Amino acid sequence: MFDNFVVPNLLPAAPEMFLAVMALAILMIDLTVKDSRRTVTFALTQLTLIGCAAIQFATSTGEITYTFSNMFVDDLMADLLKLFLYMTVLMVLFYSRGYIIDREPMNKGEYYVLALFATLGMMVMISANHFVTIYIGLELLSLSLYAMVAMNRDSVVSSEAAMKYFVLGALASGLLLYGMSMIYGATGTLEITAIAERLYSGGVNKTVLVFGLVFLVGGLAFKLGVVPFHMWIPDVYHGAPTSVTLFISTAPKLAAFAIVMRLLVNGLITMAADWQSMLIILSVLSMAIGNLAAIAQTNLKRMLAYSAISHMGFMLLGIVTGVVGGDARYALNAYSSAMFYVIAYVLMSAGTFGMMLLMARAGFEAEEINDYKGLNKRSPWFAGIMLMLMFSMAGVPFFIGFFAKFSVLQAVVAAGYMWLAIVAVLFSLIGAFYYLRLVKVMYFDQPEDESPLTAPMDVRILISANGLAVALLGIFPQVIMSLCAYALLRSL
Amino acid sequence: MEMQKLYLLVPMAPLVGAMIAGLFCRVIPRWVAHTATIAGVAIAFVVSVLIFMDVQAGHTFNGTVYTWLTSGDYRFEVGFLIDTLTTTMMLVVTFVSLMVHIYTIGYMQEDPGYNRFFSYISLFTFSMLMLVMSNNFMQLFFGWEAVGLVSYLLIGFWYTRPTAIFANMKAFLVNRVGDFGFILGIGLVLTHFGTLDYATVFAKAPELADTTINLFAGRDWATVSLMTVTCICLFIGAMGKSAQVPLHVWLPDSMEGPTPISALIHAATMVTAGIFMVSRMSPLFELSTAALSFVIVIGAITALFMGFLGIIQNDIKRVVAYSTLSQLGYMTVALGASAYSVAIFHLMTHAFFKALLFLAAGSVIIGMHHDQDIRNMGGLRKYMPITWITSLIGSLALIGTPFLSGFYSKDSIIEAVALSHIPGAGFAYFCVLAGVFVTAFYSFRMYFLVFHGEERFGKADDAHHHEHEGDHDDEEVAHDHHHGLAPGQKPHETPWVVWLPLVLLAIPSVAIGFIAIGPMVFGDYFKGVIFIDHAAHPAMQHLAEHFHGASAMGVHALTTLPFFLALAGVVLSWFFYMKRPDIPAAIQRRFSAIHTLFENKYYFDKFNEAIFAGGARLLGKSLWRGGDVAVIDGLMVNGSAKLVGWISSVTRLFQTGYVYHYAFTMIIGIFVLMTLWINRA
Repeated sequence: MFDNFVVPNLLPAAPEMFLAVMALAILMIDLTVKDSRRTVTFALTQLTLIGCAAIQFATSTGEITYTFSNMFVDDLMADLLKLFLYMTVLMVLFYSRGYIIDREPMNKGEYYVLALFATLGMMVMISANHFVTIYIGLELLSLSLYAMVAMNRDSVVSSEAAMKYFVLGALASGLLLYGMSMIYGATGTLEITAIAERLYSGGVNKTVLVFGLVFLVGGLAFKLGVVPFHMWIPDVYHGAPTSVTLFISTAPKLAAFAIVMRLLVNGLITMAADWQSMLIILSVLSMAIGNLAAIAQTNLKRMLAYSAISHMGFMLLGIVTGVVGGDARYALNAYSSAMFYVIAYVLMSAGTFGMMLLMARAGFEAEEINDYKGLNKRSPWFAGIMLMLMFSMAGVPFFIGFFAKFSVLQAVVAAGYMWLAIVAVLFSLIGAFYYLRLVKVMYFDQPEDESPLTAPMDVRILISANGLAVALLGIFPQVIMSLCAYALLRSL
Repeated sequence: MEMQKLYLLVPMAPLVGAMIAGLFCRVIPRWVAHTATIAGVAIAFVVSVLIFMDVQAGHTFNGTVYTWLTSGDYRFEVGFLIDTLTTTMMLVVTFVSLMVHIYTIGYMQEDPGYNRFFSYISLFTFSMLMLVMSNNFMQLFFGWEAVGLVSYLLIGFWYTRPTAIFANMKAFLVNRVGDFGFILGIGLVLTHFGTLDYATVFAKAPELADTTINLFAGRDWATVSLMTVTCICLFIGAMGKSAQVPLHVWLPDSMEGPTPISALIHAATMVTAGIFMVSRMSPLFELSTAALSFVIVIGAITALFMGFLGIIQNDIKRVVAYSTLSQLGYMTVALGASAYSVAIFHLMTHAFFKALLFLAAGSVIIGMHHDQDIRNMGGLRKYMPITWITSLIGSLALIGTPFLSGFYSKDSIIEAVALSHIPGAGFAYFCVLAGVFVTAFYSFRMYFLVFHGEERFGKADDAHHHEHEGDHDDEEVAHDHHHGLAPGQKPHETPWVVWLPLVLLAIPSVAIGFIAIGPMVFGDYFKGVIFIDHAAHPAMQHLAEHFHGASAMGVHALTTLPFFLALAGVVLSWFFYMKRPDIPAAIQRRFSAIHTLFENKYYFDKFNEAIFAGGARLLGKSLWRGGDVAVIDGLMVNGSAKLVGWISSVTRLFQTGYVYHYAFTMIIGIFVLMTLWINRA
């Protein structure tokens, strides 16, 4: 009866399996936790993430390994992105803890378990080599996020945001699935590497393929949050509890980058000319609308939402410059610059929202720009950290954000899109305004509330490390840049 | 592999010290700050000695430590080039720095900025080591700017004094001019050689020796040799850093900083960075006789004319400062004569005896309770015996007394210039010879006025009425550092932390010349490091033919012109200031025009203030009124800001909050993409 059944190689998916088991175990252990601070649940969650990282290290071979009938792939790019993912989630949960303890409806064990399931979803996305795997990962992530956004259920704004996110997310999933089905129709397979081979050998109906591609790009654009598929971003960032906004604005960007790489670069590289020009349009629109709309915001979370849109637009520039007229000479540089950009952005975004969480108290959200007035007088150290984060976001040399922009622009110029580089720089310049406005408010305005900031020691240390990392990695950008380039070299 | 870690340790140890003392300067007690920094510099010194011995055994190194950034085909790297030139500089820098660190414990004892000061001087040591150990132009530039920064911070160390702020601003601005030339030179190297790595550039230099470039596109008359332009640009950088006329104006004012840094930065190390750089670039400079001529003339002017100014100064530190300018001129002259090894040799001996003289001056200043006017001193010999004897040794070394270190280096320079044939060498020869007399005169004028003769200190009106040789009006602002001795009070010898460095520096001031001249100037010490085109510039070769050992040179010197000129200078100063003090005053009355010229330092400062500073202010004002306020602020900034603001408020309207609007936008997006691409396919 089981004659045909071969036990798949489980090793490449060991971290995923460990995480799934632990998430279920934590769900049950949490039932017995009486402590209102949920120290046990929190500690177990963090240990799980550290465990995942350890397993990742131990099982990583550096080779491209397929398993589960080629549905799942483990390569160096996946390993690197997953390690950054664990680190990000770990940081995010540290920042969030104080915030959720202060807010009764959110202070549940489920919060941590949902975060773990979302992480699992992202890991599956990162390692997907099959349309169905991508879809499963994506849904696991999205469903967990919908629940997390709605978790503060007494808040009308949060519920509204969750509703919008859910409806639009369902629409986007529909777009993605429709695109996948079209491509399946054209090529007859769902496996990404197999699709690449089919397309390479030719004889595929181009019209159906383009039809599918447009939908696919639409679905991906929704996940990345680029114009015109960005409308959910400001409302969800704004409406969600800040700790969830922090989560949404960081880790999923890594996963979204991964599926863009898997679907477009690994799968549809022969159609690069088409999707590249589509993404150029989306990218320019995102930089324009993201940066311009951010200026008009008075709410910091909304401002950062638009800033996220513009950053993702900028990151896409690295992806659209991989193949120039059929020549993939600069591909490695271009894709690794995009990867570096995502990692840098995640680091900066985590720090910025982390600072918001640090300032928030029970009944006070610290989400208006005016709440940051005179921060320098209240706490010069934290104001300094925020200053570094804002400078880095604006792309001031020598912070990591500068090198992220620099390496992407270098790829754009190498690909010969001079006009695109100029457009990108112009919009970054406009964007610098709203980052610097926050700095101005912190340093030159009078504080309304003179009391100094208080925060637990672990968060203080973490946020300081976060801010200093932004500065230090700006001096030694080669550390991460060469990691990205090496990982992609071994994976493409 | 093992050595590579040691190389890294040399600059890193002072950096760690600087960080400990600097980042925690408010919390740590004083002994932690000085222990940490002194330990860092001591480690650097000991390791430098080890590396020196390793290099002597033949193990040189040239390699990259870290790739900072790649841009297109250019790579910007941090790397070390360890050869005899580097190790010489490393030893000088770490040794003098160590002495100054120890000395500072005593000198800065009462200063509230104690920890900050230690942090700065350790940071300086780090920067200077990065500069000399570099194997590429980028790191050289980094070190160059970093030492400039620390110099700026230290000149303005007492930042509540308006004169200190004026001085550090001046040093900063004048160095900008030099650095502008320097970075243009580096830019030319990058453009034409395609790399910033020394070894590659030097290897490629002969190929490009005959290349010409056009300064103004399409004009034939503007066609010049690439090498000449590059070398002159690089040398302009050296002129700023090494204070050569006309970019020398910042160095006398830099004496506003505490004395230990005057010794370390403005005498022994930083100001010699330009000399080091030109020696390092010898393969480039050798290809352009025109650039060398420029170098020798600038050096000669500095050597002689700055010496004259030393004669009329009354501030003890300023006398030494002008003497430094003049000695830097000597080194530059040696560079121009293609005697690079002699320049480095003089750099080294000068570092020891000039650091000694500065620290001794500082010791006198402590003894005099921060009165710096030599007219208020006199007869200090019996109160400060150690300072007296070390000062005497330093002064004798400076004027070139046979067998002392300064004699070997200075006489070698004079001989090399005499044998050089490049245009300007004749003028330079006259300047350096006359300079010997001038040097001896002002050195011993100061020596006699401070240590011998009538005791002029402790007189009620002198102590508080302190007339400073300044060029700005706010000089007389009261400050705790200018009090002087109360009536009846006597100067006293300084504590051991102050006099010990003097004694330790006096040893090389006496002996290093005798030991080092053979191998360093005439031996194989700099073989493969410094390149001389013997066919075009044969001075060094001829010089070597005349050399028969250090002792023979010393004995022979007793019959030569420089010796008698120096002796004449000493005797004349004794006669003028000990025997007949009425004569200088009479001369001053008689030749008041020249005296006024000297007093105003050839009007360089007035000229700069009127033309450059005034011109810049005028230009700035008109650009501000016309360009900034009207065009940029009015039209571009506010105009574009209004436009952006308007677009931004419109964009905002799209975000209606209705989920069906959002979904509609997405559908439209898909629709537009679909229409565009289906038609294409």
